[in-house]
Amino acid sequence: MFANGPSIRLLPRLDDDNRFFWTGGKDGVLRFLKCGSCHQLVHPPVPVCPACLGKDLAPEAVSGRGRVHAYTVNHQQWIPGSEPYVIGLVEIVEQPDVRLTTNLVDCESEDGLIGSDVEVTFEQHDEVFLPLFRSVDSSKESNS
Amino acid sequence: MSAGPPLERQAAITGIGQSDVGRRLGRTDIDLTIDACLDAIADAGLTREDIDGLATYPGAGTGMAGFSGPGTPEVQDALRLKLNWHDGGAEGPAQMKAVIAACFAIAAGAARHVLVYRTVTESTVQGEGGRQGIGGSGSGGSGGVPRFSGFLQWTLPFGAVSAANWIALVGQRRVHEFGLTREQLAHVALNGRRNAALNPKAIYRQPMTLDDYLAARMISSPLCLFDCDAPCDGSTALVVSHVDYAADAPHPACHVNSVGTALRGRPSWDQFDDMTTMAARDAGASMWERTDLVPSDVDIAQLYDGFSLLTLVWLEALGFCGRGESGEFVDGGSRIALDGQLPLNTAGGQLSAGRLHGFGLLHEACVQLRGDGGERQVPGRHEVAVVANGGGPIAGSLLLTRGSG
Repeated sequence: MFANGPSIRLLPRLDDDNRFFWTGGKDGVLRFLKCGSCHQLVHPPVPVCPACLGKDLAPEAVSGRGRVHAYTVNHQQWIPGSEPYVIGLVEIVEQPDVRLTTNLVDCESEDGLIGSDVEVTFEQHDEVFLPLFRSVDSSKESNS
Repeated sequence: MSAGPPLERQAAITGIGQSDVGRRLGRTDIDLTIDACLDAIADAGLTREDIDGLATYPGAGTGMAGFSGPGTPEVQDALRLKLNWHDGGAEGPAQMKAVIAACFAIAAGAARHVLVYRTVTESTVQGEGGRQGIGGSGSGGSGGVPRFSGFLQWTLPFGAVSAANWIALVGQRRVHEFGLTREQLAHVALNGRRNAALNPKAIYRQPMTLDDYLAARMISSPLCLFDCDAPCDGSTALVVSHVDYAADAPHPACHVNSVGTALRGRPSWDQFDDMTTMAARDAGASMWERTDLVPSDVDIAQLYDGFSLLTLVWLEALGFCGRGESGEFVDGGSRIALDGQLPLNTAGGQLSAGRLHGFGLLHEACVQLRGDGGERQVPGRHEVAVVANGGGPIAGSLLLTRGSG
């Protein structure tokens, strides 16, 4: 079993552009900016839709489901005291060209990780809720 | 494309210089830089009065301690240069940005002889602590814990704190998509170490075997310790001149044939459309769009190896093999050896010769084109060299040809 992340979580600085993303886990929901005109998800947040140049952008909930595009098991003690943990690059199922760098949690093996289905789970640090992902199968056992 | 030849052909590298290179030299960045710069100016057959342009990458105060070297104002003032053009900065086609900017300045008539340098003192400044991740430069957190904005906010919370992690994601994707193996990746490192044995300035010169490589501790899978370059101290400088000086220079000039500068995908470590190539794909393609030369014309390749994996990415991006085929291309090592089809990183690269951050590779390309490689000179033809720098969303390349001189 790998650790769920580094021993210490470095955290984002919240501002008016990113607060919705980093605090969305308070109600258990992953959100991205969505263009009201062309419905493109826009990440990271910017004040214009890069697809249609529309400016009618608002946070919108997504399912929280994703697919692992890439991963690496980090062994180096960049952050002292860390056990090996899995960094994942997860595609959002609603729009796979939107990706999140994240941690794959409750992860026992690196076999077959790429291409596997995952879902979001949040880890709270102060007012920040970090979106982490676990395999859809293992979440069924530990959730609800 | 414009009708005429690309403007970078107005430029040629007429002088090269390098300071001492080593670990924990205990010297300041400006001290090493002056050595390299004076060496390059003399090598070009010039004096400092001839220098009217100055450029560096990435400019003062950028990145981790020991990473940036002195800025152009400090070097200009130390040498009392009288400049018509000057430039330092990190945004652009990787480390090659400084050289490419110099070429364009010359083509535009803004300068005639541009001194370009890159200096690192990471070994002395970072001391015994080893390779570092990204430092805390954010602000605004409670209780004095730094908080992070910009790109780092999307990676640091998850312990993806180093370029090693970001490039490892590319690596693992390549394992999945192309069947890349550690044994294949090893040959980039082993080739570098073999060549470093013939480079008196190299950091690591003792032999390394495949077993040594495979036994090394993992940093971030699939990258092990020997897939990561060696922080060092050193400064490299060159003089980029108007091409009409090339015939008067004391050494054969290295003519700039074309530059690779494109970035057509998203400028992002994790949102780029093809994670297996990233920006090298665009820089490489744009370089070949500007020349009639083709990959099979290249005699010598100096391809960025800040991480071994990046060299594989560049081999494909520059068309030396197809997408996904670089693992097989380097397998066994013979194709990339000094006497192989494509001699690669002939001074040892950054993995073994030290992390001179792109400019060591550039310097070595010029040494080889001149035929001054000594024991490590590639046998046979040495007319065309390619230099590529950068990784992830940062990439730039340079195609050089040997002048008669």
